[in-house]
Amino acid sequence: MLAPSGSAPPAVAIRDVTLHYFTPERETLALANVSLEVERGEFIAVVGSSGCGKSTLLSIVSGLLAPSGGDIFIEGRKITAPSPQVGYMFQKDTLLEWRTVLDNVLIGAELLDLDMGVARRRAQELLRRYGLGEFMHSLPHQLSGGMRQRAALARTLCPEPDLLLLDEPFSALDYQTRLALSDEIAGILAAEHKTVILVTHDIGEAISMADRVVVMSRRPGRIKSEHRISFPSFGSSRPGPLEARKCLEFAGYFQTIWDELDLHQAQ
Amino acid sequence: MSSEAAVTPLDRAKSASAAALPTRSPAYERYLGALRRRTRSIQAWQLGVVVVFLILWEVAPRANWINPMLTSYPSAVARTFMVMLEDGSLAKHTWVTFSETVVGFAGGMVLGTVCAVLLWWSTFLYRVLDPFIVVLNAMPKIALVPIFYIWLGDVASIYAMAIAVSVFITILMLYTGFQAIDPDKIKLVRLFGASRWKVLTKIVLPGSVPTMISTLKVNVGLALVGVVVGEFQAAKAGLGFLIVYGSQIFQMNLVMTAIVVLAVISSLLFVAIQALEATTLRRHGAVGATS
Repeated sequence: MLAPSGSAPPAVAIRDVTLHYFTPERETLALANVSLEVERGEFIAVVGSSGCGKSTLLSIVSGLLAPSGGDIFIEGRKITAPSPQVGYMFQKDTLLEWRTVLDNVLIGAELLDLDMGVARRRAQELLRRYGLGEFMHSLPHQLSGGMRQRAALARTLCPEPDLLLLDEPFSALDYQTRLALSDEIAGILAAEHKTVILVTHDIGEAISMADRVVVMSRRPGRIKSEHRISFPSFGSSRPGPLEARKCLEFAGYFQTIWDELDLHQAQ
Repeated sequence: MSSEAAVTPLDRAKSASAAALPTRSPAYERYLGALRRRTRSIQAWQLGVVVVFLILWEVAPRANWINPMLTSYPSAVARTFMVMLEDGSLAKHTWVTFSETVVGFAGGMVLGTVCAVLLWWSTFLYRVLDPFIVVLNAMPKIALVPIFYIWLGDVASIYAMAIAVSVFITILMLYTGFQAIDPDKIKLVRLFGASRWKVLTKIVLPGSVPTMISTLKVNVGLALVGVVVGEFQAAKAGLGFLIVYGSQIFQMNLVMTAIVVLAVISSLLFVAIQALEATTLRRHGAVGATS
Protein backbone atom coordinates (compact mmCIF):
# COMPACT_ATOMS: atom_id res chain seq x y z
CA MET A 1 0.00 0.00 0.00
CA LEU A 2 1.68 3.16 -1.20
CA ALA A 3 1.17 6.34 0.80
CA PRO A 4 -0.12 9.27 -1.27
CA SER A 5 2.11 12.30 -1.77
CA GLY A 6 2.77 14.28 1.40
CA SER A 7 0.64 17.32 0.59
CA ALA A 8 -2.65 15.47 -0.04
CA PRO A 9 -4.83 15.13 3.04
CA PRO A 10 -5.58 11.61 4.29
CA ALA A 11 -8.89 10.07 3.18
CA VAL A 12 -10.09 10.16 6.77
CA ALA A 13 -8.61 11.96 9.74
CA ILE A 14 -10.07 11.37 13.16
CA ARG A 15 -8.58 13.98 15.47
CA ASP A 16 -8.76 13.70 19.23
CA VAL A 17 -12.40 12.58 19.25
CA THR A 18 -14.08 12.33 22.63
CA LEU A 19 -17.67 11.40 23.35
CA HIS A 20 -19.59 11.76 26.58
CA TYR A 21 -23.14 10.72 26.82
CA PHE A 22 -25.60 11.37 29.58
CA THR A 23 -28.43 9.37 31.07
CA PRO A 24 -30.42 10.39 34.15
CA GLU A 25 -28.39 7.84 36.13
CA ARG A 26 -24.88 8.67 35.04
CA GLU A 27 -22.46 10.32 32.70
CA THR A 28 -20.47 7.94 30.51
CA LEU A 29 -17.22 8.59 28.73
CA ALA A 30 -17.62 6.39 25.65
CA LEU A 31 -14.61 7.51 23.62
CA ALA A 32 -11.47 9.19 24.95
CA ASN A 33 -9.09 11.08 22.65
CA VAL A 34 -9.31 8.78 19.65
CA SER A 35 -7.06 9.79 16.76
CA LEU A 36 -6.62 7.84 13.56
CA GLU A 37 -5.67 8.53 9.96
CA VAL A 38 -6.76 6.40 7.04
CA GLU A 39 -5.04 6.64 3.65
CA ARG A 40 -6.94 6.61 0.38
CA GLY A 41 -7.69 3.01 -0.65
CA GLU A 42 -6.71 1.64 2.73
CA PHE A 43 -8.78 -1.01 4.50
CA ILE A 44 -8.82 -0.47 8.27
CA ALA A 45 -10.39 -2.83 10.77
CA VAL A 46 -11.25 -1.66 14.25
CA VAL A 47 -11.57 -4.48 16.78
CA GLY A 48 -12.68 -4.29 20.37
CA SER A 49 -14.92 -6.07 22.82
CA SER A 50 -18.61 -5.20 22.74
CA GLY A 51 -19.44 -1.84 24.29
CA CYS A 52 -16.00 -0.34 23.64
CA GLY A 53 -17.52 2.40 21.49
CA LYS A 54 -16.34 1.16 18.10
CA SER A 55 -19.80 1.45 16.51
CA THR A 56 -20.20 4.87 18.13
CA LEU A 57 -16.96 5.89 16.44
CA LEU A 58 -18.46 4.90 13.06
CA SER A 59 -21.58 6.96 13.77
CA ILE A 60 -19.35 9.95 14.49
CA VAL A 61 -17.31 9.44 11.31
CA SER A 62 -20.54 9.20 9.30
CA GLY A 63 -21.60 12.62 10.59
CA LEU A 64 -24.77 11.31 12.27
CA LEU A 65 -23.47 11.85 15.78
CA ALA A 66 -21.59 14.96 16.85
CA PRO A 67 -18.57 14.25 19.07
CA SER A 68 -18.27 16.04 22.43
CA GLY A 69 -14.74 17.05 21.43
CA GLY A 70 -12.43 16.66 18.44
CA ASP A 71 -13.04 16.70 14.70
CA ILE A 72 -13.51 14.40 11.71
CA PHE A 73 -12.07 15.32 8.33
CA ILE A 74 -12.87 13.43 5.14
CA GLU A 75 -10.63 14.39 2.22
CA GLY A 76 -9.59 17.41 4.27
CA ARG A 77 -13.17 18.65 4.79
CA LYS A 78 -14.65 18.81 8.27
CA ILE A 79 -17.68 16.55 8.73
CA THR A 80 -20.71 17.97 10.55
CA ALA A 81 -23.57 16.11 8.83
CA PRO A 82 -23.98 12.92 6.78
CA SER A 83 -22.39 13.22 3.35
CA PRO A 84 -23.00 11.27 0.14
CA GLN A 85 -19.23 10.60 0.02
CA VAL A 86 -19.72 8.14 2.86
CA GLY A 87 -21.45 4.77 2.54
CA TYR A 88 -22.58 2.80 5.59
CA MET A 89 -23.36 -0.89 6.01
CA PHE A 90 -25.22 -2.19 9.01
CA GLN A 91 -25.10 -5.45 10.91
CA LYS A 92 -28.62 -6.14 9.69
CA ASP A 93 -29.30 -5.58 6.00
CA THR A 94 -32.07 -3.02 6.84
CA LEU A 95 -33.69 -3.64 3.46
CA LEU A 96 -37.15 -2.06 3.33
CA GLU A 97 -39.45 -5.03 3.03
CA TRP A 98 -42.13 -3.10 1.10
CA ARG A 99 -39.76 -2.15 -1.72
CA THR A 100 -38.39 -4.41 -4.44
CA VAL A 101 -34.67 -5.16 -4.35
CA LEU A 102 -34.06 -2.64 -7.14
CA ASP A 103 -36.06 0.09 -5.38
CA ASN A 104 -34.12 -0.64 -2.19
CA VAL A 105 -30.84 -0.12 -4.03
CA LEU A 106 -32.19 3.13 -5.46
CA ILE A 107 -33.26 4.68 -2.16
CA GLY A 108 -29.97 6.57 -1.77
CA ALA A 109 -30.22 8.12 -5.23
CA GLU A 110 -33.84 8.99 -4.53
CA LEU A 111 -33.05 10.78 -1.26
CA LEU A 112 -29.91 12.45 -2.59
CA ASP A 113 -31.79 13.75 -5.67
CA LEU A 114 -29.38 12.10 -8.08
CA ASP A 115 -30.16 11.48 -11.75
CA MET A 116 -32.53 8.51 -11.49
CA GLY A 117 -31.82 7.21 -15.00
CA VAL A 118 -28.09 6.98 -14.31
CA ALA A 119 -28.70 5.56 -10.85
CA ARG A 120 -31.09 2.92 -12.19
CA ARG A 121 -28.56 1.73 -14.76
CA ARG A 122 -25.84 1.59 -12.12
CA ALA A 123 -28.12 -0.24 -9.66
CA GLN A 124 -29.05 -2.85 -12.28
CA GLU A 125 -25.42 -3.28 -13.22
CA LEU A 126 -24.38 -3.74 -9.55
CA LEU A 127 -27.17 -6.22 -8.86
CA ARG A 128 -26.27 -8.22 -11.94
CA ARG A 129 -22.60 -8.24 -10.91
CA TYR A 130 -23.50 -9.50 -7.43
CA GLY A 131 -25.60 -12.33 -8.81
CA LEU A 132 -28.96 -10.70 -8.05
CA GLY A 133 -29.95 -9.93 -11.65
CA GLU A 134 -32.95 -12.27 -11.53
CA PHE A 135 -34.11 -10.91 -8.18
CA MET A 136 -34.26 -7.18 -9.00
CA HIS A 137 -38.03 -7.14 -8.88
CA SER A 138 -38.33 -9.57 -5.97
CA LEU A 139 -39.16 -8.48 -2.47
CA PRO A 140 -36.44 -8.79 0.20
CA HIS A 141 -38.20 -11.61 2.07
CA GLN A 142 -37.78 -13.82 -0.99
CA LEU A 143 -33.95 -13.60 -0.68
CA SER A 144 -31.53 -15.56 1.50
CA GLY A 145 -29.45 -13.84 4.20
CA GLY A 146 -26.32 -13.66 2.03
CA MET A 147 -28.29 -12.33 -0.95
CA ARG A 148 -29.92 -9.69 1.23
CA GLN A 149 -26.55 -8.50 2.50
CA ARG A 150 -25.26 -8.33 -1.10
CA ALA A 151 -28.31 -6.23 -2.00
CA ALA A 152 -27.44 -4.00 0.96
CA LEU A 153 -23.90 -3.64 -0.40
CA ALA A 154 -25.30 -2.65 -3.80
CA ARG A 155 -27.48 -0.06 -2.04
CA THR A 156 -24.43 1.33 -0.25
CA LEU A 157 -22.29 1.46 -3.41
CA CYS A 158 -24.97 2.77 -5.78
CA PRO A 159 -24.40 6.50 -4.99
CA GLU A 160 -20.63 5.88 -5.45
CA PRO A 161 -19.24 6.79 -2.02
CA ASP A 162 -15.44 7.14 -1.59
CA LEU A 163 -15.41 5.93 1.98
CA LEU A 164 -17.22 2.87 3.28
CA LEU A 165 -18.07 2.31 6.91
CA LEU A 166 -18.88 -1.32 7.69
CA ASP A 167 -20.51 -1.89 11.07
CA GLU A 168 -20.13 -5.65 11.67
CA PRO A 169 -21.86 -6.34 8.36
CA PHE A 170 -21.34 -10.10 8.52
CA SER A 171 -22.12 -10.90 12.13
CA ALA A 172 -25.82 -11.61 11.53
CA LEU A 173 -24.98 -14.33 8.98
CA ASP A 174 -24.23 -17.99 9.56
CA TYR A 175 -20.56 -18.95 9.65
CA GLN A 176 -20.20 -20.31 6.11
CA THR A 177 -22.13 -17.49 4.44
CA ARG A 178 -20.08 -15.09 6.48
CA LEU A 179 -16.73 -16.42 5.25
CA ALA A 180 -17.89 -16.63 1.65
CA LEU A 181 -19.48 -13.20 1.65
CA SER A 182 -16.57 -11.45 3.37
CA ASP A 183 -14.29 -12.92 0.71
CA GLU A 184 -16.59 -11.71 -2.03
CA ILE A 185 -17.04 -8.23 -0.58
CA ALA A 186 -13.31 -7.79 0.09
CA GLY A 187 -12.75 -8.59 -3.59
CA ILE A 188 -15.39 -6.07 -4.71
CA LEU A 189 -14.03 -3.31 -2.48
CA ALA A 190 -10.41 -3.95 -3.50
CA ALA A 191 -11.38 -3.83 -7.18
CA GLU A 192 -13.18 -0.49 -6.67
CA HIS A 193 -10.26 0.95 -4.64
CA LYS A 194 -12.54 2.05 -1.82
CA THR A 195 -11.31 3.37 1.49
CA VAL A 196 -12.90 1.17 4.16
CA ILE A 197 -13.29 1.25 7.92
CA LEU A 198 -14.63 -2.08 9.20
CA VAL A 199 -15.74 -2.41 12.79
CA THR A 200 -15.89 -5.95 14.13
CA HIS A 201 -15.36 -8.07 17.20
CA ASP A 202 -14.19 -10.96 15.03
CA ILE A 203 -10.38 -10.91 15.10
CA GLY A 204 -10.06 -13.40 12.23
CA GLU A 205 -12.32 -11.31 10.01
CA ALA A 206 -10.27 -8.19 10.81
CA ILE A 207 -6.90 -9.80 10.05
CA SER A 208 -8.07 -11.56 6.90
CA MET A 209 -9.64 -8.44 5.36
CA ALA A 210 -7.70 -5.40 6.54
CA ASP A 211 -4.41 -3.70 5.72
CA ARG A 212 -4.25 -2.39 9.26
CA VAL A 213 -5.97 -3.56 12.44
CA VAL A 214 -6.66 -1.05 15.20
CA VAL A 215 -7.33 -2.45 18.66
CA MET A 216 -9.61 -0.50 20.97
CA SER A 217 -9.62 -0.74 24.75
CA ARG A 218 -12.71 -1.30 26.82
CA ARG A 219 -14.75 1.74 27.85
CA PRO A 220 -13.76 4.48 27.66
CA GLY A 221 -12.69 3.46 24.16
CA ARG A 222 -9.14 4.44 23.28
CA ILE A 223 -6.82 3.19 20.60
CA LYS A 224 -4.64 0.66 22.30
CA SER A 225 -2.45 -0.48 19.41
CA GLU A 226 -2.22 -0.76 15.65
CA HIS A 227 -1.00 -3.68 13.57
CA ARG A 228 -0.02 -3.44 9.94
CA ILE A 229 -1.06 -6.72 8.34
CA SER A 230 1.04 -8.26 5.58
CA PHE A 231 1.48 -11.77 4.32
CA PRO A 232 5.04 -12.09 2.88
CA SER A 233 4.56 -15.84 2.60
CA PHE A 234 1.82 -15.25 0.00
CA GLY A 235 4.07 -13.13 -2.22
CA SER A 236 3.89 -9.46 -3.09
CA SER A 237 0.10 -9.19 -3.57
CA ARG A 238 -2.51 -9.13 -0.84
CA PRO A 239 -4.30 -12.50 -0.46
CA GLY A 240 -8.10 -12.58 -0.35
CA PRO A 241 -9.64 -13.21 3.07
CA LEU A 242 -10.04 -16.98 2.61
CA GLU A 243 -6.44 -17.40 1.45
CA ALA A 244 -5.17 -15.06 4.17
CA ARG A 245 -6.64 -17.38 6.79
CA LYS A 246 -4.42 -20.14 5.45
CA CYS A 247 -1.21 -18.08 5.54
CA LEU A 248 1.49 -18.77 8.13
CA GLU A 249 1.38 -15.21 9.52
CA PHE A 250 -2.35 -15.39 10.32
CA ALA A 251 -2.00 -17.31 13.59
CA GLY A 252 0.69 -14.95 14.85
CA TYR A 253 -1.43 -11.85 14.30
CA PHE A 254 -4.40 -13.61 15.83
CA GLN A 255 -2.51 -14.47 19.01
CA THR A 256 -1.08 -10.97 19.42
CA ILE A 257 -4.43 -9.24 18.99
CA TRP A 258 -6.24 -11.79 21.12
CA ASP A 259 -3.84 -11.12 23.98
CA GLU A 260 -4.31 -7.38 23.63
CA LEU A 261 -8.09 -7.60 23.68
CA ASP A 262 -8.06 -9.24 27.13
CA LEU A 263 -11.32 -10.94 26.27
CA HIS A 264 -11.07 -13.36 29.19
CA GLN A 265 -11.21 -10.45 31.63
CA ALA A 266 -14.38 -9.18 30.04
CA GLN A 267 -16.26 -12.39 30.85
CA MET B 1 -57.16 -16.08 11.72
CA SER B 2 -58.19 -19.71 12.28
CA SER B 3 -59.63 -20.01 8.78
CA GLU B 4 -56.32 -18.73 7.38
CA ALA B 5 -54.42 -21.30 9.37
CA ALA B 6 -56.65 -24.01 7.97
CA VAL B 7 -56.09 -22.90 4.39
CA THR B 8 -52.33 -22.34 4.46
CA PRO B 9 -51.09 -25.94 4.61
CA LEU B 10 -53.33 -26.84 1.68
CA ASP B 11 -52.11 -23.89 -0.35
CA ARG B 12 -48.56 -24.80 0.42
CA ALA B 13 -49.21 -28.37 -0.61
CA LYS B 14 -50.76 -27.16 -3.86
CA SER B 15 -47.85 -24.93 -4.78
CA ALA B 16 -45.36 -27.59 -3.72
CA SER B 17 -47.05 -30.28 -5.79
CA ALA B 18 -47.05 -28.01 -8.83
CA ALA B 19 -43.29 -27.71 -8.59
CA ALA B 20 -42.59 -31.27 -7.44
CA LEU B 21 -42.89 -34.67 -9.07
CA PRO B 22 -45.65 -35.31 -11.62
CA THR B 23 -46.76 -38.38 -9.69
CA ARG B 24 -47.54 -38.07 -6.02
CA SER B 25 -46.76 -40.90 -3.67
CA PRO B 26 -49.83 -42.67 -2.20
CA ALA B 27 -48.81 -41.54 1.28
CA TYR B 28 -48.79 -37.93 0.12
CA GLU B 29 -52.22 -38.39 -1.52
CA ARG B 30 -53.51 -39.76 1.79
CA TYR B 31 -52.06 -36.77 3.62
CA LEU B 32 -53.72 -34.30 1.23
CA GLY B 33 -57.01 -36.22 1.46
CA ALA B 34 -56.91 -36.12 5.25
CA LEU B 35 -56.21 -32.39 5.15
CA ARG B 36 -59.18 -31.77 2.84
CA ARG B 37 -61.49 -33.98 4.90
CA ARG B 38 -60.58 -32.12 8.05
CA THR B 39 -61.30 -28.73 6.48
CA ARG B 40 -64.62 -30.01 5.14
CA SER B 41 -65.64 -31.45 8.49
CA ILE B 42 -64.86 -28.16 10.23
CA GLN B 43 -67.06 -26.31 7.72
CA ALA B 44 -69.82 -28.87 8.16
CA TRP B 45 -69.76 -28.40 11.92
CA GLN B 46 -69.88 -24.63 11.55
CA LEU B 47 -72.95 -24.94 9.34
CA GLY B 48 -74.41 -27.43 11.84
CA VAL B 49 -74.06 -24.97 14.72
CA VAL B 50 -76.02 -22.34 12.77
CA VAL B 51 -78.76 -24.81 11.76
CA VAL B 52 -79.18 -26.18 15.29
CA PHE B 53 -79.35 -22.65 16.67
CA LEU B 54 -82.06 -21.64 14.16
CA ILE B 55 -84.08 -24.80 14.85
CA LEU B 56 -83.92 -24.27 18.61
CA TRP B 57 -84.89 -20.63 18.18
CA GLU B 58 -87.92 -21.64 16.05
CA VAL B 59 -89.00 -24.58 18.22
CA ALA B 60 -88.43 -23.26 21.74
CA PRO B 61 -90.98 -20.36 21.56
CA ARG B 62 -93.51 -22.49 19.66
CA ALA B 63 -93.27 -25.25 22.25
CA ASN B 64 -93.69 -22.55 24.89
CA TRP B 65 -90.34 -23.31 26.52
CA ILE B 66 -89.73 -19.59 26.34
CA ASN B 67 -92.05 -16.63 25.90
CA PRO B 68 -92.34 -15.87 22.14
CA MET B 69 -92.91 -12.20 22.99
CA LEU B 70 -89.30 -12.04 24.12
CA THR B 71 -87.51 -13.82 21.27
CA SER B 72 -89.76 -13.93 18.19
CA TYR B 73 -89.09 -16.76 15.67
CA PRO B 74 -86.72 -17.04 12.72
CA SER B 75 -89.71 -17.52 10.40
CA ALA B 76 -91.36 -14.34 11.72
CA VAL B 77 -88.09 -12.45 11.44
CA ALA B 78 -87.71 -13.68 7.87
CA ARG B 79 -91.24 -12.44 7.09
CA THR B 80 -90.52 -9.00 8.55
CA PHE B 81 -87.26 -8.97 6.64
CA MET B 82 -89.01 -9.68 3.33
CA VAL B 83 -91.71 -7.07 3.99
CA MET B 84 -89.14 -4.42 4.84
CA LEU B 85 -87.06 -5.40 1.85
CA GLU B 86 -90.06 -4.90 -0.45
CA ASP B 87 -91.15 -1.53 0.91
CA GLY B 88 -87.52 -0.30 0.79
CA SER B 89 -87.34 0.63 4.45
CA LEU B 90 -84.70 -1.98 5.20
CA ALA B 91 -82.42 -0.66 2.46
CA LYS B 92 -82.90 2.88 3.76
CA HIS B 93 -82.06 2.06 7.38
CA THR B 94 -79.16 -0.19 6.40
CA TRP B 95 -77.70 2.44 4.09
CA VAL B 96 -77.93 5.10 6.81
CA THR B 97 -76.07 2.95 9.33
CA PHE B 98 -73.57 1.65 6.79
CA SER B 99 -72.63 5.10 5.47
CA GLU B 100 -72.40 6.54 8.96
CA THR B 101 -70.10 3.68 9.94
CA VAL B 102 -67.82 4.05 6.93
CA VAL B 103 -67.58 7.83 7.34
CA GLY B 104 -67.01 7.60 11.10
CA PHE B 105 -64.49 4.83 10.65
CA ALA B 106 -62.55 6.71 7.98
CA GLY B 107 -62.74 9.91 10.05
CA GLY B 108 -61.41 8.15 13.16
CA MET B 109 -58.64 6.58 11.15
CA VAL B 110 -57.53 9.82 9.47
CA LEU B 111 -57.77 11.89 12.64
CA GLY B 112 -55.97 9.19 14.64
CA THR B 113 -53.18 8.91 12.07
CA VAL B 114 -52.65 12.69 11.99
CA CYS B 115 -52.50 12.81 15.80
CA ALA B 116 -50.11 9.83 15.96
CA VAL B 117 -47.83 11.53 13.41
CA LEU B 118 -47.82 14.75 15.47
CA LEU B 119 -46.92 12.80 18.62
CA TRP B 120 -44.16 10.97 16.73
CA TRP B 121 -42.90 14.29 15.41
CA SER B 122 -42.66 15.91 18.83
CA THR B 123 -41.65 13.74 21.74
CA PHE B 124 -42.34 16.71 23.99
CA LEU B 125 -45.96 16.83 22.81
CA TYR B 126 -46.20 13.07 23.39
CA ARG B 127 -44.87 13.39 26.93
CA VAL B 128 -47.36 16.17 27.65
CA LEU B 129 -50.41 14.46 26.15
CA ASP B 130 -49.71 10.80 26.94
CA PRO B 131 -51.64 10.58 30.25
CA PHE B 132 -54.66 12.37 28.75
CA ILE B 133 -54.83 10.02 25.78
CA VAL B 134 -54.56 6.97 28.01
CA VAL B 135 -57.38 8.22 30.25
CA LEU B 136 -59.58 9.20 27.30
CA ASN B 137 -59.00 5.79 25.74
CA ALA B 138 -59.96 4.01 28.96
CA MET B 139 -63.04 6.17 29.50
CA PRO B 140 -66.37 4.70 28.28
CA LYS B 141 -67.11 7.04 25.38
CA ILE B 142 -70.72 5.92 25.45
CA ALA B 143 -71.14 8.19 28.46
CA LEU B 144 -70.70 11.11 26.06
CA VAL B 145 -73.68 10.24 23.85
CA PRO B 146 -76.17 12.63 25.52
CA ILE B 147 -73.60 15.45 25.57
CA PHE B 148 -72.79 14.98 21.90
CA TYR B 149 -76.51 15.03 21.12
CA ILE B 150 -76.95 18.34 22.92
CA TRP B 151 -73.84 19.89 21.39
CA LEU B 152 -73.94 18.57 17.86
CA GLY B 153 -77.53 17.62 17.08
CA ASP B 154 -78.91 14.38 15.69
CA VAL B 155 -76.68 13.86 12.62
CA ALA B 156 -73.26 15.12 13.66
CA SER B 157 -73.48 13.48 17.08
CA ILE B 158 -73.56 10.03 15.45
CA TYR B 159 -70.40 10.69 13.42
CA ALA B 160 -68.79 12.21 16.48
CA MET B 161 -69.61 9.08 18.47
CA ALA B 162 -68.12 6.77 15.84
CA ILE B 163 -64.94 8.87 15.79
CA ALA B 164 -64.74 9.23 19.57
CA VAL B 165 -64.98 5.48 20.08
CA SER B 166 -62.18 4.67 17.63
CA VAL B 167 -59.79 7.61 17.60
CA PHE B 168 -57.87 7.14 20.87
CA ILE B 169 -57.11 3.48 20.35
CA THR B 170 -56.01 4.40 16.79
CA ILE B 171 -53.59 6.99 18.16
CA LEU B 172 -52.17 4.60 20.74
CA MET B 173 -51.80 1.65 18.35
CA LEU B 174 -50.24 3.71 15.55
CA TYR B 175 -47.89 5.57 17.87
CA THR B 176 -46.68 2.27 19.32
CA GLY B 177 -46.24 0.99 15.76
CA PHE B 178 -44.23 4.08 14.78
CA GLN B 179 -41.97 3.58 17.80
CA ALA B 180 -41.37 -0.05 16.85
CA ILE B 181 -39.86 0.84 13.46
CA ASP B 182 -36.27 -0.47 13.30
CA PRO B 183 -34.06 2.52 14.30
CA ASP B 184 -31.40 1.31 11.83
CA LYS B 185 -33.85 1.91 8.97
CA ILE B 186 -34.25 5.49 10.14
CA LYS B 187 -30.48 5.77 10.48
CA LEU B 188 -30.17 4.44 6.92
CA VAL B 189 -32.21 7.24 5.35
CA ARG B 190 -30.70 9.89 7.62
CA LEU B 191 -27.29 8.82 6.29
CA PHE B 192 -28.63 9.76 2.86
CA GLY B 193 -29.48 13.20 4.25
CA ALA B 194 -33.22 12.57 4.76
CA SER B 195 -35.22 15.25 6.56
CA ARG B 196 -37.70 14.33 9.27
CA TRP B 197 -40.49 14.58 6.71
CA LYS B 198 -38.65 12.11 4.44
CA VAL B 199 -38.08 9.76 7.38
CA LEU B 200 -41.84 9.87 7.93
CA THR B 201 -42.88 9.31 4.32
CA LYS B 202 -40.15 6.88 3.25
CA ILE B 203 -39.80 4.75 6.39
CA VAL B 204 -42.27 5.33 9.22
CA LEU B 205 -45.55 5.40 7.27
CA PRO B 206 -44.83 2.62 4.76
CA GLY B 207 -43.25 0.53 7.52
CA SER B 208 -46.40 0.93 9.62
CA VAL B 209 -48.79 -0.49 7.03
CA PRO B 210 -49.20 -3.79 8.98
CA THR B 211 -49.97 -1.79 12.14
CA MET B 212 -52.50 0.30 10.21
CA ILE B 213 -54.26 -2.83 9.02
CA SER B 214 -54.57 -4.24 12.53
CA THR B 215 -55.86 -0.84 13.66
CA LEU B 216 -58.44 -0.93 10.85
CA LYS B 217 -59.56 -4.35 12.05
CA VAL B 218 -60.13 -3.08 15.57
CA ASN B 219 -61.78 0.14 14.39
CA VAL B 220 -64.31 -1.32 12.03
CA GLY B 221 -66.04 -2.98 14.98
CA LEU B 222 -65.65 0.04 17.22
CA ALA B 223 -67.06 2.48 14.66
CA LEU B 224 -70.15 0.30 14.29
CA VAL B 225 -70.60 0.33 18.07
CA GLY B 226 -70.30 4.13 18.08
CA VAL B 227 -72.84 4.55 15.27
CA VAL B 228 -75.44 2.21 16.76
CA VAL B 229 -75.16 3.77 20.21
CA GLY B 230 -75.36 7.23 18.63
CA GLU B 231 -78.51 6.15 16.78
CA PHE B 232 -80.06 4.87 20.01
CA GLN B 233 -80.03 8.40 21.31
CA ALA B 234 -80.41 10.62 18.33
CA ALA B 235 -81.50 9.08 15.09
CA LYS B 236 -84.69 9.16 13.06
CA ALA B 237 -83.31 6.38 10.85
CA GLY B 238 -80.73 3.62 10.87
CA LEU B 239 -80.50 0.14 12.38
CA GLY B 240 -79.84 1.49 15.89
CA PHE B 241 -83.03 3.53 15.56
CA LEU B 242 -84.92 0.39 14.40
CA ILE B 243 -83.72 -1.52 17.46
CA VAL B 244 -84.84 1.16 19.91
CA TYR B 245 -88.12 1.77 18.06
CA GLY B 246 -88.88 -1.96 17.76
CA SER B 247 -88.27 -2.58 21.46
CA GLN B 248 -90.43 0.40 22.46
CA ILE B 249 -93.42 -0.97 20.53
CA PHE B 250 -92.48 -4.54 21.55
CA GLN B 251 -91.92 -5.64 17.96
CA MET B 252 -89.17 -8.22 18.44
CA ASN B 253 -89.27 -9.08 14.72
CA LEU B 254 -88.05 -5.60 13.95
CA VAL B 255 -85.32 -5.73 16.60
CA MET B 256 -84.06 -9.13 15.49
CA THR B 257 -84.09 -8.14 11.81
CA ALA B 258 -81.97 -5.08 12.59
CA ILE B 259 -79.55 -7.20 14.64
CA VAL B 260 -79.16 -9.77 11.86
CA VAL B 261 -78.44 -7.02 9.34
CA LEU B 262 -75.90 -5.50 11.73
CA ALA B 263 -74.16 -8.86 11.99
CA VAL B 264 -74.04 -9.06 8.20
CA ILE B 265 -72.64 -5.52 7.88
CA SER B 266 -69.93 -6.14 10.45
CA SER B 267 -68.87 -9.42 8.82
CA LEU B 268 -68.79 -7.79 5.38
CA LEU B 269 -66.60 -4.96 6.65
CA PHE B 270 -64.36 -7.46 8.41
CA VAL B 271 -64.02 -9.60 5.28
CA ALA B 272 -63.17 -6.49 3.25
CA ILE B 273 -60.39 -5.58 5.69
CA GLN B 274 -59.12 -9.13 5.68
CA ALA B 275 -58.86 -9.06 1.88
CA LEU B 276 -56.96 -5.78 2.15
CA GLU B 277 -54.70 -7.35 4.76
CA ALA B 278 -53.95 -10.36 2.58
CA THR B 279 -52.91 -8.20 -0.37
CA THR B 280 -50.79 -5.71 1.59
CA LEU B 281 -49.13 -8.19 3.91
CA ARG B 282 -48.04 -10.28 0.98
CA ARG B 283 -46.04 -7.23 -0.05
CA HIS B 284 -44.66 -6.82 3.45
CA GLY B 285 -43.58 -10.43 3.44
CA ALA B 286 -42.68 -12.48 6.49
CA VAL B 287 -41.90 -9.42 8.61
CA GLY B 288 -45.35 -7.94 8.16
CA ALA B 289 -47.13 -11.25 8.69
CA THR B 290 -45.65 -11.77 12.13
CA SER B 291 -46.46 -8.34 13.50
